[in-house]
Amino acid sequence: MLKYLFAKENDIPQGTAALFFGISSIAWFIIGTGIGSFNAAKLAFPDWYHGLYALQFGHMRQVHVHAVIFGWIGMAFAASMMYITPALGNTKLWSEKLGVWNCMLYNVGLCLALALLWSGVTSGREYSDHIWPIDLYIAFVMVVPWSLNVWMTIINRRTQGIYTTNWFFAGCMFMTIIVFLVGNLPEWFHLTGLNEAYMTWWFAHNILGLLITPVAAAITYYIVPKITGNPLYSHRVGHLHFWSIVVFYSTPAAHHLMSSPLPEWLKSFASVEGVLILVPAVAYVCNILLTMQGKWSLFVSNIEIKFTITGVLLAIPLNMQGGFQQTRAINWYIHGTGWIVAHAHLALLGFSTFAEAASVYYGMQVLLRRKLYSASLANFHFWMLLIGFSLYWTSMTISGLIQGAAKIYEVPYVDVVIAEHPYMIVRWLGGTMVFFGNIIWLYNMVMTARAGVAIPAGRQPVEVAYTR
Amino acid sequence: MAFREYKIGCFMFGFALSFSMFVTIFLPGLDISGMSSTKLALEKQLTYGWETGFNYYDPFLQGKDKPIKVVLSKDPRTGAAIDKTDAYVFPAGTHFPDGLTHDNILGEKVQAVSSSKGRIGEATEEAGGVFLVRVDADDTPYIEFATATRGWTADAVLKAADEQFLAGSGKTMFVREGCWWCHTLLPEETQDWQTFGRPPLVGDFNGESPTTFGSDRKAPDLLHVGARNSSREWMTMHFFNPRLVQPHSIMPRYDYLWGSKDAEGNNIDLAAWDKEYMAYADGSEVYPPEVPTPASDSEARMLIDFVLNLK
Repeated sequence: MLKYLFAKENDIPQGTAALFFGISSIAWFIIGTGIGSFNAAKLAFPDWYHGLYALQFGHMRQVHVHAVIFGWIGMAFAASMMYITPALGNTKLWSEKLGVWNCMLYNVGLCLALALLWSGVTSGREYSDHIWPIDLYIAFVMVVPWSLNVWMTIINRRTQGIYTTNWFFAGCMFMTIIVFLVGNLPEWFHLTGLNEAYMTWWFAHNILGLLITPVAAAITYYIVPKITGNPLYSHRVGHLHFWSIVVFYSTPAAHHLMSSPLPEWLKSFASVEGVLILVPAVAYVCNILLTMQGKWSLFVSNIEIKFTITGVLLAIPLNMQGGFQQTRAINWYIHGTGWIVAHAHLALLGFSTFAEAASVYYGMQVLLRRKLYSASLANFHFWMLLIGFSLYWTSMTISGLIQGAAKIYEVPYVDVVIAEHPYMIVRWLGGTMVFFGNIIWLYNMVMTARAGVAIPAGRQPVEVAYTR
Repeated sequence: MAFREYKIGCFMFGFALSFSMFVTIFLPGLDISGMSSTKLALEKQLTYGWETGFNYYDPFLQGKDKPIKVVLSKDPRTGAAIDKTDAYVFPAGTHFPDGLTHDNILGEKVQAVSSSKGRIGEATEEAGGVFLVRVDADDTPYIEFATATRGWTADAVLKAADEQFLAGSGKTMFVREGCWWCHTLLPEETQDWQTFGRPPLVGDFNGESPTTFGSDRKAPDLLHVGARNSSREWMTMHFFNPRLVQPHSIMPRYDYLWGSKDAEGNNIDLAAWDKEYMAYADGSEVYPPEVPTPASDSEARMLIDFVLNLK
């Protein structure tokens, strides 16, 4: 990577930036899930290690969250955008050099940001934990150059129209920058009180709803037609998805604070808008599943489709939960419990991660022009992820329901802790499976680069047979 | 080839996003900012000071730049006995909470009474001073700048105090140590009244930053914990090793907040303590080792003060 930082633009091979982002994302996925598994162990067995005060739960919980969001998901998105956007525009990336610098400064910034969080230097706001100097760095050094590359590639495209995936990429990067700058208003201007609390959740809601879910969806809009060879079922339903995301997903922020003393009109409004999230959700899931018509055998035989479609299928319970759990009728029961933790992992580790993993698997093969080293290891990774996630989701959902019941029956809290203990162990096992699966993935990817079968020019990875 | 420029789409996109932000940021902002402070909000601001997350004056969250809450039972100037009174001492140079420096935080009426009766306009950060929270005949809570109204200086009040709470520094510890990842500060309006006490009101937060409601409750809500359990001994043991008082607790130990010396100036040897504790935990000793008393300037003391002050 370092040799390309000062190379001439034309001397940098196409796809270099995407490749570096891809490999970084896998490394951060291992780090993030490793920390997650470690944290989960502490919730199950609080005294299982002694004396390592730097590894305190309260300091590491947010490091896990930001390592997976910015490290894994963010970099997998950057990798995807930097190879998909040019491919869909029939052109090359606007600036590989900018991309390579972007990737290096992204990694450096993320290390610094996580080190500060780890040592307790925090703004004290969930999801916008980073202190304002780091926020400035994230916005203007990590996100703006990345967006610029995406936008300029789309502007310099050699196709007439813009395909659905690229509207999402361009729109979501714009919304992310706006959300990031506006959502951190409490820090820029020292907003206080309920305004601060509300803006914290406005940020948290929108950064998930306007960046993570729609970009993951946009990736599947590319991967599924590309690998199956089917055209997207409906361009028009894609329009419906995009516009309803912009209108409905950007408004229900207050539903995260349903039990707080926010104005009642705001909570009711947010709750109704929250149910309308089902519009883009249903449009999206139908569109992708109908695109699979006649090619369902690929769900079994093709690893990228297996990941993608699993992600899309996980989006169904995700959106059903998301649409309804925030209504007053349900929210009072499950608010603040493990149910929500399970839901957050269904979004990020379920739907989103499976889509991004497919994109990184596919992109690395295309960029390296090498067939994936081992289908068996990839399948092993898939099942470790799916079983690990399912154990996690099931145990946390059950423990959330226990907490909810304890809330109404006014059970002393320590009895909840005792009742949750077995589920905390299962959660830890699930998270650990994901972590080990990812180590296998990194090995598989490194071996693909070194020993994968070369893909002939003009051929797709899917057209080349596996040798292992 | 005629390229499509998507002008209408870009315009619609900008319009939709702007309208969304108008409804979800501007309107709620207007509504929330119009809410008047409750008495609790005044007390919280004066207890926690300007900011308890990362800020210029305490970049490593060590609990610097914070007021001290004291309990008085005699007038610090005359020495005469008075009803028990909470006073908030801002040593010279301590930064004021937003409610004292911006006139749009407290709410119109509270601001007016605080200025006229409370004379808060005379307070400066350079000189510091002492504040009280009072309620006037109309039930309007207000802040009184006791240094101007009663001649109470910071030094005299600290000397006359029965008790001192470093609760402002303690809130910084609460944020830094991530207590709020498990303990919420938000009894829910639906079900939590009996167990965790009164849910907060809309005006309870004016001027507080960060509010650290918490979202993922893995432990009891703490908003009124000082009213349920006011034992400093219990809190001290619980923070040092939660398993001493609650065998099933999954809370981490916070023994490292004690620092290197205890209240008597003796060295604290955590490794030796741990060894004795393990002997107790596996049954070979009958009693656990003694928990050291935190030094008066230790981070443990700040955090315990914060928790005990949550009434």
